[in-house]
Amino acid sequence: MADDDIRTREFVTPATSSSPVAEAVADGIAPSIRTDGLVPDVPASDGDVPSAALAADAPVTAPPRRGFREMLPRRSGKLVVGLVLTIGIVLFAVIAPFVTQDPWNYDNPVFEPPSAAHLLGTNNLGADLFAQLAEGAAGSLTVGLVAGAIAVVLSLFFGIVAGYVGGWTDEGLSLVTNVMLVIPGLPLVIVIASYMESRSMWIIAVVLGLTSWAGSAIVLRSQAKSLRSRDYVAASRVAGEKPLRIITVEILPNLLPLLAAQFLFAVVLAILAEAGLSYLGLGPSGAITWGTMLNQASQHNAFTIGAWWWFVPPGLMIALFGCGLSLINFSIDEIINPKLRTAPAAVKSVRQARKAQVRGEGAHPAPAQDAPVDGDDTGGNALEKERVNA
Amino acid sequence: MSTLEVKHLTKDFRVRGGGAGRKFRAVDDVSFTLEPGRTIALVGESGSGKSTVARMISKLETPTSGEILIDGRTSATRGRRLATYRRDVQMVFQDPFASLNPFHTIAHHLERPLRLHGKAKGRAEIDAQVHQLLERVNLTPASIVAARRPHELSGGQRQRVAIARALAPGARFLVADEPVSMLDVSIRLSVLNLLARLQREESLGVLYITHDLATARHFSDEIIVMFRGKIVERGPSDEVILNPQHDYTKLLLGAAPNPENHGRLREEVRRELASASATSGDAGAVRDRFGTADL
Repeated sequence: MADDDIRTREFVTPATSSSPVAEAVADGIAPSIRTDGLVPDVPASDGDVPSAALAADAPVTAPPRRGFREMLPRRSGKLVVGLVLTIGIVLFAVIAPFVTQDPWNYDNPVFEPPSAAHLLGTNNLGADLFAQLAEGAAGSLTVGLVAGAIAVVLSLFFGIVAGYVGGWTDEGLSLVTNVMLVIPGLPLVIVIASYMESRSMWIIAVVLGLTSWAGSAIVLRSQAKSLRSRDYVAASRVAGEKPLRIITVEILPNLLPLLAAQFLFAVVLAILAEAGLSYLGLGPSGAITWGTMLNQASQHNAFTIGAWWWFVPPGLMIALFGCGLSLINFSIDEIINPKLRTAPAAVKSVRQARKAQVRGEGAHPAPAQDAPVDGDDTGGNALEKERVNA
Repeated sequence: MSTLEVKHLTKDFRVRGGGAGRKFRAVDDVSFTLEPGRTIALVGESGSGKSTVARMISKLETPTSGEILIDGRTSATRGRRLATYRRDVQMVFQDPFASLNPFHTIAHHLERPLRLHGKAKGRAEIDAQVHQLLERVNLTPASIVAARRPHELSGGQRQRVAIARALAPGARFLVADEPVSMLDVSIRLSVLNLLARLQREESLGVLYITHDLATARHFSDEIIVMFRGKIVERGPSDEVILNPQHDYTKLLLGAAPNPENHGRLREEVRRELASASATSGDAGAVRDRFGTADL
C-alpha cells in the first residue's frame, strides 16, 4: 500500500507519531487514549461549560424571547392596524351603548340625515341609528365570540383527541368531522334557523358554532398526529403522565398560535354568517345586530331613498372588523410559518434590484455604486441581484 | 433479586398497504437480563430493532409476544403497577433537541416526574430536589439552569437534563437509546462518563443502545449484537470485540474506523465504482458493497 500516492499524501499529517498504528485495536480506539477516569464529566475549560457559560451569558446578551413570549406575534404594521381596528370596534361595542339613547326609542323624526343630535341619522321609525349601530356591534360580537368559542372547543375535541388517541377513536371522530365538513354550512343553518319559531341571538350563535368547526378539526388532527410522535411526548409518557395532561400541558401549548388563528377566523366567519342569515331574514328575532340593520335597511328601501347612513355604517363595521381580525391572523401566521416573515423583505429586495437596474441602464453606465444609498439592509441584496443581472 | 428481564420479546409491525397478512418482524425472540450496576450494550445497524426493544422496555410499544419481567414479576401495561414500573425503569432518548418540550422550562421537566412519583411534595422541597438533580448532572448554577428553556441550552446540556429527568423518579434501570449519537464528538465522552459515574453511584442497570462499537466496549460488561431483529451474538464485551464469532459482528468491526485502514475504504469504493462503470450494468455488486445480502 505504500506505493499508493493518495495514501502517502494523507500520511503527511503527524497522526502516525502521536498514536502508533501498532497500538490501534479492533474497536478503533488506541489503548493509550482509553482512559476511563482521565476525561472528567465536565470539561475543564472548553466544550459545554455549563456554569461559566450560563453565568457569563446571562447579563451580557439580550434576554432571549422565552416560551410564551415567543408565541406572541412580532410587531408589524399589519399587527398594529389589525389591533387598532379590532380593539376600537370592541371598545365601541362595550362603551357606546351606555352613552347613546335607547336603540328602541322611536320618538325621533324619521329619515333624519346625520347631524349633531343623531350622529348617524334615524331610520324609518325614528330610531337613532348610532344607538342601533352600537347595540348591533354588541350583538354581532357576542354572536361571533360565542360561535367562535363553540367552534374552537369542538374542533379541539374532535381534532386533538382523534389525532392523539388514534385507532378506532380516531376513525369514529374523523367520520363525524368529515360528515360535518361536507355538509354545506349556510344551507343547513338556513334550514335550522327557519325551522325554529323564535330565534334568540344565543341560538343563532350555537347553530353557527355547531356548523363551523370541522375544517379546524382536520388541521388540528394532523397537527396532533405529528406532535404525538415527538420525543418529548414519548418522554412524558415514560415519566408517567396521564393522556389528558399530556394533551393539555405538553401538546396544547405548542398549538396555541394555531388555535388563536383558528379562533379569530371562526369569529370572523360567524359574524359574516350571522350577517348573511339576518339579511335573509333568518337572523335573531328581537335583537339588533349589524345583519338585522342591513336587513331592515333593505326591506325599507333605504338604498332607493338614498338613506346611505342606514346601510353604510353596519356594512363598513362588518368589513373593518373582519379586516382587523384577518390582519391579526396574518401576524399570527408568521409565527406558525416563519418563512412568511422574510417573504415581504425578499419581494422588496427584488423590486429594489429591478428598480436600480432600470435606473442604472437609463442614467449611468456603472450602476453598482449608488444602490446601497437607500441605507436599509436590503440594499446589499439588491446590489448582489443587480450584479447577477448585469 | 432485583433484575429487569426480557423474555422472548417479539414485535411485528403491520406493513402499510400490504393488506392484513403483511407484517414486518422488527424484533424476533430477544431475551436478556439486566442486573443492577451492570451495563448491557445493544449493538446493531440502523433498523436492526435496537430502538424497538428500548421502546418496548419503556412501555411505549406493546410487544407482540414475550414478556418483560421486573424483579421476577410480569410488568403491567396499565394502572398503578405500570406507574411503579415506570418509577423503576426510565429512558434517555436519542435526540436531546426533540426530547424536551420547547414550551416548558427545565424545572418543569424535572418537577413532573418528582411529583408524579411522589418523590417530593410542596414548592420548597421540589425546588430543592430539582436543584439537587441538576447539580448531580453537573449543570450549575442550578437556579439559573432551572429557569431556562431547552432552546437556550446546548445539546450536551440538554442531554444532561434528559438524564436528570430519567433519574428523578429514582430509577433502578436506565434505557439509554443512543444517548450521544446526536452530540458533538467533543461532548460525547463527558456525557458517557457522567452516565458511568451515576451508574456507579446508584448501582443502576443500564441498557446502552448504540451503533458505536468503541463506546460499547468501553462502557458495557456485555455486548449483544442484533441483526434484522435477531440476536446474532452475545457475550462479555472484550470477548465479542476481540473474538467475534458471527459474520455480521465481524462485518461491524470491519466497518468501524480503524487507523490501520486509513484511506482504504475510499480506495475500495473508488475501485468498485471504476469497475462498475467499466462493466456497466452489474449494479447489484455495487449495492452489496458491505456484503449483507447473503447473511
